[in-house]
Amino acid sequence: MARAVTPKKKAINTAAAWAIGLLIFFPILWTILTSFKTEATAIADPPVFLFFDWTLENYQVVQDRSDYMRFLWNSVIIAGGSTLIGVMIAVPAAWSMAFVPSKRTKDILLWMLSTKMLPAVGVLYPIYLIFISMGLLDTRTGLVFILMMMNLPIIVWMLYTYFKEIPGEILEACRMDGAGLKEEILHILTPMAIPGIASTMLLNFILAWNEAFWTLNLTAAQAAPLTAFIASYSSPEGLFFAKLSAASTMAIAPVLILGWFSQKQLVRGLTFGAVK
Amino acid sequence: MNLERSLYTASVLALIAAGSAQAQTTITIATVNNGDMIRMQGLTEDFTAQTGHQVEWVILEENVLRQRVTQDIATSGGQFDIMTIGMYETPIWAAQDWLVPLDDLPESYDADDILPAMRAGLSYEGTLYAAPFYGESSMVMYRTDLMEKAGLEMPEAPTWDFIREAAAAMTDRDNEIYGICLRGKAGWGENMAFITTVANSFGARWFDEDWTPQLDSPAWMEAVTFYNDLLANYGPPGASTNGFNENLSLFQQGKCGMWIDATVAASFVTNPNESTVADKVGFALAPDKGLGKRANWLWAWALAIPAGTQKEEAAKDFINWATSKDYLALVAEKEGWANVPPGSRTSLYENPEYLKAAPFAEMTLQSINAADPENPTVEPVPYVGIQYVAIPEWAGIGTTAGQEFSAMVAGQQSPEQALEKAQTLVADEMEAAGY
Amino acid sequence: MATQQSRSAARWMMAPAVVLLLGWMLVPLVMTLYFSFKQYLPLRGGDLGWVGFDNYIRFVTSSAFWPSIQATLLIVGGVLVITVGLGILLALLLDQPMWGQGIVRILVIAPFFVMPTVSALVWKNMFMDPVNGLLAHLWKFFGAQPIEWLSQVSMTSIIIIVSWQWLPFATLILLTAVQSLDTEQMEAAEMDGAPLLSRFWHLVLPHLSRAITVVILIQTIFLLSIFAEIFVTTQGSFGTRTLTYLIFQRVLESQNVGLGSAGGVYAIILANIVAIFLMRIVGKNLDA
Repeated sequence: MARAVTPKKKAINTAAAWAIGLLIFFPILWTILTSFKTEATAIADPPVFLFFDWTLENYQVVQDRSDYMRFLWNSVIIAGGSTLIGVMIAVPAAWSMAFVPSKRTKDILLWMLSTKMLPAVGVLYPIYLIFISMGLLDTRTGLVFILMMMNLPIIVWMLYTYFKEIPGEILEACRMDGAGLKEEILHILTPMAIPGIASTMLLNFILAWNEAFWTLNLTAAQAAPLTAFIASYSSPEGLFFAKLSAASTMAIAPVLILGWFSQKQLVRGLTFGAVK
Repeated sequence: MNLERSLYTASVLALIAAGSAQAQTTITIATVNNGDMIRMQGLTEDFTAQTGHQVEWVILEENVLRQRVTQDIATSGGQFDIMTIGMYETPIWAAQDWLVPLDDLPESYDADDILPAMRAGLSYEGTLYAAPFYGESSMVMYRTDLMEKAGLEMPEAPTWDFIREAAAAMTDRDNEIYGICLRGKAGWGENMAFITTVANSFGARWFDEDWTPQLDSPAWMEAVTFYNDLLANYGPPGASTNGFNENLSLFQQGKCGMWIDATVAASFVTNPNESTVADKVGFALAPDKGLGKRANWLWAWALAIPAGTQKEEAAKDFINWATSKDYLALVAEKEGWANVPPGSRTSLYENPEYLKAAPFAEMTLQSINAADPENPTVEPVPYVGIQYVAIPEWAGIGTTAGQEFSAMVAGQQSPEQALEKAQTLVADEMEAAGY
Repeated sequence: MATQQSRSAARWMMAPAVVLLLGWMLVPLVMTLYFSFKQYLPLRGGDLGWVGFDNYIRFVTSSAFWPSIQATLLIVGGVLVITVGLGILLALLLDQPMWGQGIVRILVIAPFFVMPTVSALVWKNMFMDPVNGLLAHLWKFFGAQPIEWLSQVSMTSIIIIVSWQWLPFATLILLTAVQSLDTEQMEAAEMDGAPLLSRFWHLVLPHLSRAITVVILIQTIFLLSIFAEIFVTTQGSFGTRTLTYLIFQRVLESQNVGLGSAGGVYAIILANIVAIFLMRIVGKNLDA
């Protein structure tokens, strides 16, 4: 509902919004700044903001201790893989719910969401035993599967809300022309749904990237992603703020950058059918 | 290149390939993110050069590590070839046949050189199941300059009353100097380790000989009240969330007058690269109450091999490397004698170079030797362990009880309330476990 | 109208997702139920036989049970109130014309990209540490005694951390809803001299109700099972032991799988009560 306002009002808006924006962003900014300080500067009293001797030594120390690229690669594969497979399974399901609704569609949707409420901690033991028997412990395959299942309900729901917004008339016209189901999906619906699919994938990539319970408990050396990388920096001896900041920055940077570049899609996508 | 030459090259290559296929094994080691372990990780190349085996490291924060390795060994998950465990886990796991006995290490390893207290704590029915990487007791670390300023002199074996007097004299809140720093963060390996040693020295015990919880005894009340008063009056702000690492950091920044904690901390607080007070630290034995037991514990981080690993030989090679005398010499050569992992071997404490480089060596050895896990308390108990009770339920008991004491230090409840709740919790847990 | 053929095709298309989720729900559920009726202590030899409802009784009669339910609901409720409340205000502000709107939006959504472990670590150490934390410095600067965040006001601290993570999500969804507000209607109301608060109450809030419902639903699902934030900061002390954390302590710290599994079943029941409650509201509001 953008409308013309006086420059004075615009200035006030701008000031207020920037102040709040910077306040919300500040913890991240502070972490990034601290990662370039020495350990002594990191706890200096009073704290220093910009005027200190910038150093890369923390990144060097962290990299020497743990091979960042390997953790990063695991994170990319696990988050990417689970999102891709999840979307492949969810698209047909969401499509059929949106366009061929039955009496039970809503119940099925709500039931799917309710499976997300199963507390992960409570089923760690069963899942661990299943993983042992299937040889899935410390494999990326296993984690891709788990995270896919974790996020599948959200994916189905998000896609469902997009598909609902595609006008039914187009489908009718399409059926009149005698197009088969396959053509319907491939040529009509998919192109219209691509923005929705893209934002669904983005959101789920972020959720999978940040998942810290299964990724930590089901991995050892081979499949450990960045959440495990962070677990070795949480409370080492002595002064550690700067090293912790460097490790944190390394762990969040990829998704932060991805999120910023794609924020338009994400903003458009994160509606969950909230807008009618 | 002629034919003969290339044939020769090919056969040499084939030989190398065959040789390495035979010897090269990759073992996975789970360990904790302490400084000594990170140093060990940094020296892996030396191990690979000697044996040809590769190592994959899984380095985790202490709580996460415990959770991971316990889960894995209890379900025979087989994720790790070597696990870093403590003195608490070793006998319990060994009793379940979950660990590979370490009774066939080579002659050159010299298992008899391991400090007797450590060896006893890491054995089950006389067999060693985990090799100590480093060991520790606890002692008083204090600021010599502040002690002098307060006009006091620390005896070699102080009493709790002296500690209180000194803490009061050193506290200077305006300058952010707190007389005493102690663990307050909840956890069986954090505040409960310390509180249990205080209780031991005050004549308290966790269980009587029939396994009835004893937290309702007057001795516990006295010990816990004393601990609470010390921290409330002379401790740093936020003491209820301070564990070993937080206190180390405070001490290194010069904010603590005294700190009673693990002997391994001595090398960190005297290291001028990390500590602002490196040249002003003195050491003394853990305090007592005149009842015959001092408040010092015994602990070791040790390397153990889970039963069922496919790579037992390579894992043994690693233990033989990482806990050997040669490893100590290797660290000394690279980082100096003051930085070798302490508390595991007798020979280290007979090495003049180490004694010269480590002013705290003498006190560490005395503290370790004074600890007796078989007889931890004034009155007899049915369990083994000084700052822990070596039963499977302890981790749960210690942590839930620890949370009550932590809330007490935070000022949210009185010592009476904390003890009462802890007593109920402990009784519940023990009943659930079928005692 | 959908034909018979497209109906059966639709059923087939739904099958993979439904079957997978059914398996994902049933297999662990059955195993949890199985363990919950057993005395199962891995450190004491594993399976020690059937014990009927003992674990269930022991779990609820433990002194830690009701406080844990209370803590769970307090965290979920607190975070929902803060994120929805601030989210609405922030969405309305971000919708106003201003310079650098895109950048502000980026700043506001950034916390959503930070993994919970990292945000908990950063808040705990670099902000809430009572000696070296930035907030302690701030308090000292104004001559006040620094707050011991994670012990004195532990619940508030955790709610702050979790709200910081979820505020961007709420703001984004609410922002899209605000943007679709009918401008003419608003302007007409403004002309009529309706006060700001009344305009907000009668026009804006009803329009946002659907978005608010969605925010509450999605966030509740995630908040009921928050774990990392507590594990990193207080480890369940100072009254922050939620039901999820209590189960974690039973299963992993006490290594009592039977008791923990019974707790898991209770958690599923609690989640379903909340779910039914939510679905009622959502069902009405979403008319999907």
